Amino acid sequence: MNAVAIISIFTLAVFVGFEVVSKVSSTLHTPLMSGANAIHGVILVGAIIVADHSTTNLELGLAVTAIVLATINMVGGFVVTDRMLEMFKGKK
Amino acid sequence: MSRTVYDLIGLFAGICFILALKGLSHPKTARRGNKIGAVGATIATLVVFFYANEGSSLPLNNLGWILGAIAVGTLIGVPAARKVQMTQMPQLVALFNGVGGGAAALVAIVEYLNLGDTATTAEVIFTVFTVIVGCVSFSGSIITFMKLQELMTTRPVVFPGGRFVIAGTLVAVLGVAIWIVTALGTTPLLILAGLSLLFGVLFVLPVGGADVPIVISLLNAFTGLTVAASGYVLDSVLLIIAGTLVGASGTILTRLMAEAMGRSLFGTLFGAFTAKPQDTSGAAEDRPVRSGSPDDVAILLNYARRVVIVPGFGLAVAQAQHTVRELADLMISKGIDVAYGIHPVAGRMPGHMNVLLAEANVPYDQLLEMDEVNPTFGQTDVAIVIGANDVVNPAAKNSPGCPIYGMPILEVSNAANVIFLKRSMRPGFAGIENELLYDPKTMLLFGDAKASLTKVVGALKAL
Repeated sequence: MNAVAIISIFTLAVFVGFEVVSKVSSTLHTPLMSGANAIHGVILVGAIIVADHSTTNLELGLAVTAIVLATINMVGGFVVTDRMLEMFKGKK
Repeated sequence: MSRTVYDLIGLFAGICFILALKGLSHPKTARRGNKIGAVGATIATLVVFFYANEGSSLPLNNLGWILGAIAVGTLIGVPAARKVQMTQMPQLVALFNGVGGGAAALVAIVEYLNLGDTATTAEVIFTVFTVIVGCVSFSGSIITFMKLQELMTTRPVVFPGGRFVIAGTLVAVLGVAIWIVTALGTTPLLILAGLSLLFGVLFVLPVGGADVPIVISLLNAFTGLTVAASGYVLDSVLLIIAGTLVGASGTILTRLMAEAMGRSLFGTLFGAFTAKPQDTSGAAEDRPVRSGSPDDVAILLNYARRVVIVPGFGLAVAQAQHTVRELADLMISKGIDVAYGIHPVAGRMPGHMNVLLAEANVPYDQLLEMDEVNPTFGQTDVAIVIGANDVVNPAAKNSPGCPIYGMPILEVSNAANVIFLKRSMRPGFAGIENELLYDPKTMLLFGDAKASLTKVVGALKAL
């Protein structure tokens, strides 16, 4: 991928990221932080890719550790956010 | 699967993440938003197994290891998220964020080892960035976890010459980073990781307990950026989009939180460098306070026309949210006007208290935000402060130089009477003495919040 394409994607994503959360009430700060936290757990994808690339035991060991940590981040993050939001159910 | 299909599916997952953040910003759509995010993440993870990266073939190498590691991570993450008490949620989020940062740093290290001399300068720069920020996020989050779990002091940890040590560590980090970019090498990368871990610890130690949520949010944004940088090195559009989204929205969220607490972000992160734990009043502990019995409280409430309940973290610890609702219902049945005054950072995180009260089915329209409730304290007969301290501490308005100075507070001192339900005279999370406790119109009811409230409910019923 060329540099301009990457910079374009990055810049547009920054604006979208700013825009979607600019008007959120303080009530939802905690769940929103938790949800965003779960989303960056998608580094799991990166961890799987490097585990696939790994050729030495050291690399594989580190990659497997990364997969474990990333899975905890992603799966745990979505579950805990859901638990928080469950509390808001049926009320406004 | 072709690269095009793979990238298009990645784009789809990216859109899921945007919709997730959008949904999470509104109470009605929040839960659905989170689920859309989970769907996106699942799709993104599944698709990796069907696309062979350059120089690789299907099925993926080390497939057994990969699947096993995912199983282990799930078996740790899901029970932790299911079992955690509502009161301990902030530190769990901190921990999840930390492991995410650690994962990003490890991914960068492995890819660096793998690329060896074939890495381009840009790839090395992004790798170095990911290792530094990922490690800072990891060790910083562990410290915030320990502070929130009260495994260590919640006060700012400041030691003589601390800022020189921090500045020195930062210079060393940058020096090693430049060394790697110009000379390459595995050993310097490990040194860099170690120094960055150290910097993360030093960076968070001077932050006071009340400011910890802001730091968690900032570290969350940091981790997002490391994911974006990994996306560049691993040639993954999805990681770039997802990481940048979290980085950008996390930065805004951090600013919003800092605003809600009336702090400048800069002050929060660097103010503690010079702050000293200080007493806002002389020999505070020796002064008399007025303590009352549950009956005294019940009588006061019985003749009130308007009561504002100010819940704090102590209420959550005592699991008293259901009892407080019982008391509120009883007062309403006696024709008393009841509202809850919710400070934006009541509890340990913005919005934390709303989550806890929602758990006890407190009607949403009784929960007033700070700006709504503050002008009404003048017409309020009784303000009941339950397990809160810092968020009603007038020192935030009157004592320049104290750690919470400038934080907007609930102005309960304008009410005709103030009742504090407290376990002891111990100061709040920020570790500052509260002058209001010694005010003549303040009555203190000592004991566990739940036990005290139950007694007050009993006494009020008997009247």
